[in-house]
Amino acid sequence: MNRIKAFGAFWYDFVIGDDWHVAALVVAGLALTAILVHVAHVNAWWLLPLVAFAALAWSLHRVTSHK
Amino acid sequence: MNALPLILTVFVACAVEAIEALTIVMAAGITREWKSTFQGMAVALVVLAAVTGAVGPAISDLPLTALRLVIGALLAIFGLQWLRKAVLRATGYKALHDEASAYLREVTAAETAARESRRGVSDWYAFTLAFKGVLLEGLEVVFIVITFGDNQKDIGAAVIGAAAAIVVIAVAGIAVRAPLTKVPENWMKFAVGIMLTSFGTFWGAEGAGVAWPGNDAALLVLAPVVAIVSAACILWLSRKSAAAAPAPEKEAVTS
Repeated sequence: MNRIKAFGAFWYDFVIGDDWHVAALVVAGLALTAILVHVAHVNAWWLLPLVAFAALAWSLHRVTSHK
Repeated sequence: MNALPLILTVFVACAVEAIEALTIVMAAGITREWKSTFQGMAVALVVLAAVTGAVGPAISDLPLTALRLVIGALLAIFGLQWLRKAVLRATGYKALHDEASAYLREVTAAETAARESRRGVSDWYAFTLAFKGVLLEGLEVVFIVITFGDNQKDIGAAVIGAAAAIVVIAVAGIAVRAPLTKVPENWMKFAVGIMLTSFGTFWGAEGAGVAWPGNDAALLVLAPVVAIVSAACILWLSRKSAAAAPAPEKEAVTS
């Protein structure tokens, strides 16, 4: 059981890292991009970079404002 | 796209991982025993080859759109985490990853561990230390090579970048017979974070159905923009840190 937990913890740390909000925002940004492209027919190439920058800034703000 | 940006990106990313693996191997070999250390390394390389052999073709069989969506998301997440750490380290909110102190920690632990012979290995501690170090850092190298190589449909170029990084770091390690403490690791991680975020955002959005203006040339704009935003984050946190009183506590080093 401990080995399974350690295995899961390794992959969580490997992929998600220190702040899961960043991963959640990237996935949400991709989902929204897909909806805009395929449903609203908007070529939203600008959305994911904006989400990535916002995720980085928000994560940095959260971790430094707790210090 | 020209293979040179791909080779350089994979080279720098894999060099960072190779430096971390070298630190662990040096600690095991110098303080314990080289034979068991090399056995640990060899077994880890065999496991890595098996993982690559199993995962590589499976990923190659996925449709390109789905591959770009999933791999793009993973790379963007991966890159943003690297950037986050590099920015926090550059601004003093997190202690710099110091290979010298990492090496000392491993050496202290290795010197106090008891010697035990198991399964034909004369020093089990040295074996497992080298095995874990090479396997964990090696998995990251495999991930980078497969994702970048597959997405650009140029696995050969990605392998060249990774192999060159491993050879350069191994030769440097043999030459100095010590961990590579003079390498500006945080700035290398910062650069890799920029590249991973740029490629990840580009491929992820393409996988979601976006048509980038200028096609692949959009990457030549996207990467500098990611670099500028990241540099602005360093400036912002530096000012925030300077304005804060008393001085901020440092976050514990986790990797």
